[in-house]
Amino acid sequence: MTDLSDAELITRFPAARTCPFHPQAEYARLQRDRPVARVSMPSGRDAVLITRLEDVRAVLGDERLSADERKPGYPFLYEQAFESPLAGTFMRADGEDHYRIRRMLSKDFTVKRAMSLRPEVEAIVRECLDDIERQGPPADLVQKLAFPVPSLAICRLLGVPYEDRDVFETNTRAMINMKSSPEEVQAAMGAIMAYLDDLVGRKEQAPGDDLISRLVVEELAPGNLGRQELVTICLILLVGGHETTATMIGLGLYALFEHPDQLALVRDDPFLWPAAVEELLRHQTIVQAPTQRAVLEDVEVAGEVIRAGEGVLAVLTTANRDPRAFPDPDRLDVTRNARGQVAFSFGPHQCLGHALARMELEVVFRSLFERFPTLRLAVPPAEVPLRPASVNLFGIDGLPVTW
Amino acid sequence: MNEPAAGTGALRVSVDLDRCCGAGSCVRSAPDVFDQDDDTGVVVLLDPAPAPEHAASVREALHLCSVGAITLDQS
Repeated sequence: MTDLSDAELITRFPAARTCPFHPQAEYARLQRDRPVARVSMPSGRDAVLITRLEDVRAVLGDERLSADERKPGYPFLYEQAFESPLAGTFMRADGEDHYRIRRMLSKDFTVKRAMSLRPEVEAIVRECLDDIERQGPPADLVQKLAFPVPSLAICRLLGVPYEDRDVFETNTRAMINMKSSPEEVQAAMGAIMAYLDDLVGRKEQAPGDDLISRLVVEELAPGNLGRQELVTICLILLVGGHETTATMIGLGLYALFEHPDQLALVRDDPFLWPAAVEELLRHQTIVQAPTQRAVLEDVEVAGEVIRAGEGVLAVLTTANRDPRAFPDPDRLDVTRNARGQVAFSFGPHQCLGHALARMELEVVFRSLFERFPTLRLAVPPAEVPLRPASVNLFGIDGLPVTW
Repeated sequence: MNEPAAGTGALRVSVDLDRCCGAGSCVRSAPDVFDQDDDTGVVVLLDPAPAPEHAASVREALHLCSVGAITLDQS
């Protein structure tokens, strides 16, 4: 057992991707040689980078590490340490402060609830595919399918009018870009918050059959939630509910086109789709920003002691390519059991909407290739536009296809 | 996480309702053994002594549980 506080600085964070389909090669090297590594952050402070699956699971499941960004040592990713839009919310809280809110929301995100929403999502996908078919090739699947499906689904679940999607789609882009200044992030968040505050007011007047109305009636009215707290929760659900799944749909399709043998396997046997979705989540983990934690008490990870007051960065992308857990990890293999992957993170903060997202991904992929059996890229693969590396969610900005 | 004792006999499963984060990973792995409460999403143990043929799916549920809320003993 060694004490990491004496270790030399290994590298700077963040490292850049060298190949769009693979996580940063530098983190793969650290995973092999220095699974617990001291890195230097853009702010000038140090943090501890964790890259192996077993260690990522251990730190994210450990109550001695805090998700609260106001705790000493919390590793901010930006040059300037400024409070994120999530500061003070249940996503940046521990223990009961986190669970109190999470349990108010879980009802609408259970595995059964996701299954019950499936026919509605299938109908949404059918309408998108009808539209694509009517307009004829070529089509941009990011614009015509990847964004509309999760946006429509979360709008219906929350009770947000889909016509208003510009407000949250445009501002979300600014919020998740690491190049945005603190002022830009605050302004983008403020715009969505103002919209949602107005919407909550309308739900108070005339509640409907939707999640925001339920929270207004069951939690806001009796005083279990404050108004600002409720509006922030709505923001988290709306932003978390569309951009992530949309990004994964686009990137997943791109990966399938780039691996025609794997696509052929699922086309021939649609029962493989759930396994293929797990494998795409593992192989193409979109959340490339590491999960941040502040160490509250000394902990030992892979034989190294990390001291209280230090910051930990758990890298999900690299954990999902750990050869100890997934043999030949860089190979996309839709027949492997990838269910231990951590694309939705791990520990008490694991993504609330994972069952809904998994269902949406399966319905979209399966319906698309059933409708258009000859679907293929309409441009050379190298011309598919990649998102700038500064965006916290790795993905593509367009996917032109023909059939 | 509570690693199961090795064995091939009867299974004994228990869950920690306070630890459970309601993600429902266990329901995906072993739907005959685990369910979720309709109001809170918290785990509902359907069968504390599942038949041995459920051993593999319960072990997977235990492995995938994000918060170590499942305990398994096999005699």
